Amino acid sequence: MNSRIIIVNVIRWFLLLFVQIFLLKNMGFYDLSTPFIYVLFLLLLPFGIPNIVLYLLAFGTGLTLDAFYDTMGVHATACVVLAFVRISFISISLNRDAIDDPEPSLGYMGFQWFSLYAFLCVISHHLVLFFLETFRLTEVGYTLMRCGLSCIFTLLIILLVEFIFYRRTPR
Amino acid sequence: MRNLWIFISRYNAFFLFIIFFTIGIYLTVKNNSYQRSVTLNSTNEVVGTAYERLNIFKRYLNLGMVNDSLAAENAKLKSQLLGLTTIDTAKDVKVIDTVTNQDYTYLAAKVVKNSITLRNNVMTINKGTIDGIKSGMAVIAPQRGVVGFIRDVSEHLATIQSLLHKDTKISVTLKKNNALGSLVWGDGNFDIKKSFIKEVPNHIKMYVGDTIVTSGYGSFPKGILVGRISKPNVATNDNFLSGEVNLFTDFSTLQYVYVVKYKKAEEQKALESAVKPNE
Repeated sequence: MNSRIIIVNVIRWFLLLFVQIFLLKNMGFYDLSTPFIYVLFLLLLPFGIPNIVLYLLAFGTGLTLDAFYDTMGVHATACVVLAFVRISFISISLNRDAIDDPEPSLGYMGFQWFSLYAFLCVISHHLVLFFLETFRLTEVGYTLMRCGLSCIFTLLIILLVEFIFYRRTPR
Repeated sequence: MRNLWIFISRYNAFFLFIIFFTIGIYLTVKNNSYQRSVTLNSTNEVVGTAYERLNIFKRYLNLGMVNDSLAAENAKLKSQLLGLTTIDTAKDVKVIDTVTNQDYTYLAAKVVKNSITLRNNVMTINKGTIDGIKSGMAVIAPQRGVVGFIRDVSEHLATIQSLLHKDTKISVTLKKNNALGSLVWGDGNFDIKKSFIKEVPNHIKMYVGDTIVTSGYGSFPKGILVGRISKPNVATNDNFLSGEVNLFTDFSTLQYVYVVKYKKAEEQKALESAVKPNE
């Protein structure tokens, strides 16, 4: 069981980064909206993962993205923020002892919980990402607009992927 | 100590977040040239503003020193006056140049508007036709150095086309051997402390530190100190040499200037205009 989770996550990591780097990197709507689907990997990591491992994975994933996007540290920081939001949200919304689902996916957790979870994680990630990229407050309106539109785009794709790949299991 | 460890391990998510976030920001600023420049610039801006404030304060502290130097200059001028044959009217000081038998009078004027940042700089002084100022008169700096020419005159005010202007050309010589040249400013270098001496004949040797003085052929009296050569013998395309000159005049702090009145200016002009250029 345990090794299966690891293998699934490794495959997911490669798949999502492949899609992100080779497909979505070239997509964009009027330079306003860019989807960052790779955050789904961090969203779907299993519940029992220790915090330090989660942070290291987030940082490492971010750095890998940075290497391809040529923005050293920007994605890494955004992913670390996402990890923090993930930990906080899970610890607030779920009782730690009562968790018997392996991972926070749509199939296990239901649409309502998962969409809120994904929304919070994605928006925090995008906010940090775009503000670090712009790195000034004078263009705040434009940055917020880019952030909001990209967030919608990313969320749509994440939900789409979830609906396609996960069958709803009765709780 | 144990409690501290318990505290840290309970909120380990937060502390780990702080650590990784800091590393991320550090990497971002260190490795991206744009983010680094923004960080540096905003720091510079803060530092610059602080220095500016400090400068305003320091200017007050320097007032004593400025006063002393003015007083010293005054005393020196007064003692020089005693040695010369002078007719001291209320405003003008008449200096009789016994060597060339030209007489110049100097009129002190206060600079009411100065500009140094443009390509062609013009300043305004508080003396006009009522004080006998005419267009074309030479203007020199209080201690040493040249300033420019009078350009337009109104009743109480006059404008000076300063040396920092593309049309200003002052006839100068090297003090040691009287080699002629002309002083111009802003040939690709808009440093207000630097100027260029041009049209020096090729056989003249210039060295760093050579003093430049006015030649006395224009409206300037002979021998007004202009500056020192800082970069000699710059070859140009024509048969003449150029050199970079460090000016004695500090245009940025100019408060008072002297307008030089040349008594025979009109006579000379009238005489010289009789000679046609291509005769």
